[in-house]
Amino acid sequence: MPQVTLTVNGKAASVEVEGRTLLVEVLRDKLGLTGTHVGCDTSQCGACVVHVDGKAIKSCTTLAWQVDGSTVTTIEGLAAADGTLHPMQEAFREYHALQCGFCTPGMVMSAIDLVTTHPDGLTEQQIRDGLEGNICRCTGYHNIVKAIAAAWPVMHGRGTLAAAAE
Amino acid sequence: MNAPFEGIGASVRRKEDLRFISGNGHYTDDINRPGQLHAVIKRSDRPHAKILSIDTAAAQAAPGVVAVFTGADTAGLGSIPCGWQIHNKDGSPMAEPRHPVLAEGFVRHVGDPIAVVIADTKQHAKDAAELLAIDLEELPAVATVTAATAPGAYLVHEGAAGNLCYDWHLGDKAATEAAFASAAKIVKLDLENNRLIPNAMEPRAALGDFDASSGDYTLYTTSQNPHVIRLLMGAFVLGLPEHRLRVVAPDVGGGFGSKIYHYAEEAIVTWAAGKLKRPVKWTADRSESFMSDAHGRDHVSTAELALDAQGKFLGLKVHTLANMGAYLSTFATAVPTYLYATLLAGTYTTPVIYVEVKAVFTNTVPVDAYRGAGRPEATFLLERLVDVAAQETGLDRVEIRRKNFIPRDAFPYQTPVALQYDSGDYFATLDAALKTADWAGFPARRAAAAAKGKLRGIGISTYLEACGIAPSKVVGSLGARAGLYEVANIRVHPTGSVTVFTGTHSHGQGHETTMAQLVTDQLGVPFSQVDVVHGDTSKIPFGMGTYGSRSLAVGGSAMVKAMDKIILKGRKIAAHLLEADIDDIEFKDGKFTVAGTDRAKTFGEIALTAYVPHNYPIEELEPGLDETAFYDPKNFTYPGGCHICEVEIDPDTGVTKVINFTAVDDVGRVVNPMIVEGQVQGGVAQGIGQALLENAVYDENGQLLSGSFMDYTMPRADNLPNFSVATENTMCTHNPLGSKGCGEVGAIGSPPAVINAVVDALRDYGVRHINMPASPEKLWSIINAGRPAMAAE
Repeated sequence: MPQVTLTVNGKAASVEVEGRTLLVEVLRDKLGLTGTHVGCDTSQCGACVVHVDGKAIKSCTTLAWQVDGSTVTTIEGLAAADGTLHPMQEAFREYHALQCGFCTPGMVMSAIDLVTTHPDGLTEQQIRDGLEGNICRCTGYHNIVKAIAAAWPVMHGRGTLAAAAE
Repeated sequence: MNAPFEGIGASVRRKEDLRFISGNGHYTDDINRPGQLHAVIKRSDRPHAKILSIDTAAAQAAPGVVAVFTGADTAGLGSIPCGWQIHNKDGSPMAEPRHPVLAEGFVRHVGDPIAVVIADTKQHAKDAAELLAIDLEELPAVATVTAATAPGAYLVHEGAAGNLCYDWHLGDKAATEAAFASAAKIVKLDLENNRLIPNAMEPRAALGDFDASSGDYTLYTTSQNPHVIRLLMGAFVLGLPEHRLRVVAPDVGGGFGSKIYHYAEEAIVTWAAGKLKRPVKWTADRSESFMSDAHGRDHVSTAELALDAQGKFLGLKVHTLANMGAYLSTFATAVPTYLYATLLAGTYTTPVIYVEVKAVFTNTVPVDAYRGAGRPEATFLLERLVDVAAQETGLDRVEIRRKNFIPRDAFPYQTPVALQYDSGDYFATLDAALKTADWAGFPARRAAAAAKGKLRGIGISTYLEACGIAPSKVVGSLGARAGLYEVANIRVHPTGSVTVFTGTHSHGQGHETTMAQLVTDQLGVPFSQVDVVHGDTSKIPFGMGTYGSRSLAVGGSAMVKAMDKIILKGRKIAAHLLEADIDDIEFKDGKFTVAGTDRAKTFGEIALTAYVPHNYPIEELEPGLDETAFYDPKNFTYPGGCHICEVEIDPDTGVTKVINFTAVDDVGRVVNPMIVEGQVQGGVAQGIGQALLENAVYDENGQLLSGSFMDYTMPRADNLPNFSVATENTMCTHNPLGSKGCGEVGAIGSPPAVINAVVDALRDYGVRHINMPASPEKLWSIINAGRPAMAAE
């Protein structure tokens, strides 16, 4: 079986895969990173979103060999080494942007990509449109949209979460 | 510095969030056991067929395969049980056909499990399942209640004549007919409540484990009620004694009703684990979820309202056909009866009501409770009918509701359909919602939209629901095969921290936070020192789980009862330590004080004394501070409220945009406002989904057409507005918290508000009613059929 080498959350990983093995299967089954979830089989729900070389992708529709040599960040790799949460994680908690938590890892990874790729500002409509590939069944998105808007200034060094709440 | 307020009424941030936002949640599919095998279920792709043969030889011989089982192997197991027996009008019991774990001789819906392949990896099991040679002889299928009840319809089960599960009724038929005979006006409406697929984001999963040394079984499963699964599966399907069976429902990624029921896959993996002496895991693909999770709603009804000349409701007649699907799911039979017909008085003083319900077998996935369960169906019917009545009598939509509301001073109020409402103020929720939604300013907004070529409408729904289904004695007399109490164990540790063991289950609702707040409020123990344990039958006492918005109203009440026992015992210990009479000991703010003095013992000191009983009234009092209480409610609770929806329809595309949504709900005592708002927002999103987007579609032969997220329109962020959510609360009078429940109000009150708004937007097109979902295609056709230019073509 071919070998795929990845850097996952800052650690080197080398795993044997079949041609059909998906990136999400490598993460969950071979590396034990079960924070990345599988919510569908048609690339619709976004529970499986991770970052590959800094870009949000759906790991359930990515073959492991396609990303050989890449750097992968999952939800487990977001917080700082001392446990300090990423501002997006913090915002999701502060704004009650999660209920059952199942879509949350993918939602957070997509949201970070959305904020990162919009350095000049992010309207509510842009957030709603940007979440097109992520389904949440619990929240009605209301608080997810608010959390992302609140994380934007923090991630771009233009304010704090507390200031965003005012 | 004062400690932050973390008791009842505080929007405390959730305890459970830290693990979920860090990827450390522990869902069933995240659990793996040493030596674990993987099960893949081969399902029927035909709606109805006779199984002529199943050749498993090639699959058995495939790489990695350990076993293949079919219905022949599981025929000795019990039928998957139905938890509620309904009786027909003539007193005879409902038809209750066998529901096998794996198909026996026939398949009856697309998705019916035929065989299970168990292998060392999921891929091997999948590959081998493709090698099963199954010879089916197709039979005629019925997909809708209308087709299934047509004369000469092919039978889903030989024993269920006319495809009827039951023919049931409620109310005074003669009195209702008399009311109709004296009416000035009768309004009639035919309507459907569309079939939905719950689609919790976590697909169902089950992992069976067998310990050969002890002979004990463990099932990890995506369930809302692990004890109920243990009882149903252990006692009725597998014949395993309950003390040998542990059921764990760890973190569960949403339920909305669909994870209440005992499913075949749970029995299959548990049974197979025992046979193979190895753990067996099954996780649904989303495609499997679509064709094996219980669906929701699917009613076809005729409703008639009798009014006097002033617009007062005199009587209501309803006839409903309710789809059960191919087999009876756990609570399926209760949904269109005791959770539906009993709700048809709504918020109104309608003096007489008569309801007939026929439950019908079809060649579709079983239908059961989905968020709201019967109550959204009742509310949609009633609130649409009231709007049509307003239209046809010329009365204002708000005024006809006000005129018929149960007055504030009429509680407790006995309805003609069995329920007695304890409290409510429908005028207060209505007035607050009208103000927030700026109902009065709507004509100007409609005109402004018209100037842009858009059709704007506003709709209202004033609803009532019943939560926390109970009391056990009453539901038992109505056919329930279970009790509906709840239990809590409050364990105070020697150092004064507390663990709560609750029989309810959290799958998104935030119980770990809300229930900890109750302890902080009642016992004065800091929030950070309270943990809540749920979901493991080896840890918690026998509880009934979470559904029907019951966790706080019933489970929280059990906690209060248990904490009352803790406080009483603490007072006895304090009386001893402080050498005072127990009647003089007061407990407040975490301190036991001799009334009128500064002599006091902290909660922590009492806890330590209880476990280190050196100076202790040991003759009269057992050591320890650990109390359990069971709470069986005296009545349902009755949340209610007013939802207002404002929509704008683009006549060129038929697309409906929700511009504003206002919900003012009465949910009784609120413990955590942030969580309550989140529950309502999520419920409203599902209600808007039902009204505008979602639809489970079968073709006439019973093939499921909406079997993936590509075909079934889930609400996404760009389909929904920000919601305006508030509460106007009256307290529940019969439970110690005053809480009524908030989990379902959003999904119950909202669908008719949306459709009433859509109909209002299209009022110039002669539209009287639109069945859900009000899809762009449906609306575009109405709009274009009504256009003079188009009509001329």
